Amino acid sequence: MESRFRVLFLIGCVLTLSGCGIFGDKEAPPPASEPPGQVVDPEVERREIKEAKIDREDFEVGAFAGIMSIEDFGSDTVYGVKLAYHVTEGFFVEASVGQTEAGKTSFEQLSGGALLFEDRDLTYYNLNLGYNVLPGEVFIGEGRAYNTNFYLIAGLGSTSFADDDRFTVNFGAGFRFLLTDSVAIHADFRDHLFDVDILGREKTTHNLEGTIGVSVFF
Amino acid sequence: MSEPSTTTILSTSRNNCAAWCACLLALVLTTLTPWQTATADDEILRKVAVADPYLEMHTGPGRGYPIFHVVDRGDQVEILLQRTDWYQVRTDRGIEGWVDQAQMELTLNPDGSEVDFVTADLGDFTNARWEAGVLAGDFGGANIVSLYGGYSVNPHVSVEVWGSQILGNFSNGWMGSVNVVHETWPDWRFSPFFTLGAGVIHTSPKSTIIQGDDRTDEIAHVGAGFRVYASRRFLLRVEYKSYVVFTSRDENEEVEEWKAGFAFFF
Repeated sequence: MESRFRVLFLIGCVLTLSGCGIFGDKEAPPPASEPPGQVVDPEVERREIKEAKIDREDFEVGAFAGIMSIEDFGSDTVYGVKLAYHVTEGFFVEASVGQTEAGKTSFEQLSGGALLFEDRDLTYYNLNLGYNVLPGEVFIGEGRAYNTNFYLIAGLGSTSFADDDRFTVNFGAGFRFLLTDSVAIHADFRDHLFDVDILGREKTTHNLEGTIGVSVFF
Repeated sequence: MSEPSTTTILSTSRNNCAAWCACLLALVLTTLTPWQTATADDEILRKVAVADPYLEMHTGPGRGYPIFHVVDRGDQVEILLQRTDWYQVRTDRGIEGWVDQAQMELTLNPDGSEVDFVTADLGDFTNARWEAGVLAGDFGGANIVSLYGGYSVNPHVSVEVWGSQILGNFSNGWMGSVNVVHETWPDWRFSPFFTLGAGVIHTSPKSTIIQGDDRTDEIAHVGAGFRVYASRRFLLRVEYKSYVVFTSRDENEEVEEWKAGFAFFF
């Protein structure tokens, strides 16, 4: 009985082993061949490209000049500087400072010499958020293409005018024409809204500004 | 006895001057040195090989710009510059175009190792050392525009310096203050904070109002608010502060302030 069991057990063992051998032969790769699909050697030392090593150009600095109309005080040349930071391909934040000069109101002209206030300079600063709504390209001739952006921009700031600082909201639109990847020409149109109380009743004035500027990315 | 003391003061001031110059020189050198070393080994680190089946080059740094050239797998490109999430690259044949971050991350170093493009994320929002921002709002009925810069001593505590311009109907002014900010859960995307600070406020009545003089008073404030991580290095901030103005009159003045704005960390 015992020997019969032993024989059965041995037969079972032999069958299992041979079975393993048969299937094993089919599944196991030939020992000499290279393992397929191994392109990257995991032993290679990992080297990182840090962002600092790549020249980042997210900032833009520029100067602009144009015409600004001060409600009731005529129009004069305006000039200023600005600094922008591009957060994403769409959004950017911008700080700008500008200066113009106030002309005479009709009252001041007719009264002959009597001025409503002495200091005729208007200086403003504002902090804005802009969005490139229509990025695109323009073509000059057959072989030249330039990248452009049409953007909307709005922000807050202060205008120093007629001996007082006035809280100012500004909004507008602009066109950025990239001469190279780092130099751009801007055309901007803004409306600066602030309250003026020098002509009797306090009123909100619209002060329109149109400028052309040059900026450099760095 | 008075003479030597004067000389000592003079010499210390001269020493101070020299120390300042040395400091300035050291600062200039430290800021210049890493830049120089960075340009020295730029050549090796800037070249990457295309690992994806192809690398798409756009005519501009934006999603809408058309793809005008494709670099094949295995070819190398040189990274020229980065603007927001776009990289300007040059192929071996001198063709220049813009590639987005997602595709650049699939490139390999010349030795076959993976390239790691470091970008700011929520972890940096929690751990970044420096922060600067702009906020605007209402200061006791007047408009207020503020700029601030902050330094984090640790993820929970930071010190901030604020400068504000106040533009009201009857008076204008400026305010400067130093705050200590505590964030209880700095790793949260909506991170609440508490703040305490002190400073000075200068008010001048509007020129159309005849009476009233300029005055400068000390202030102290408590406040609370939220820092909200937006994207990249960008965060939004909303806060409330309650000010006590220590006037020269009999009663102290209390002012409430609400502000909202945005900031960057770096």
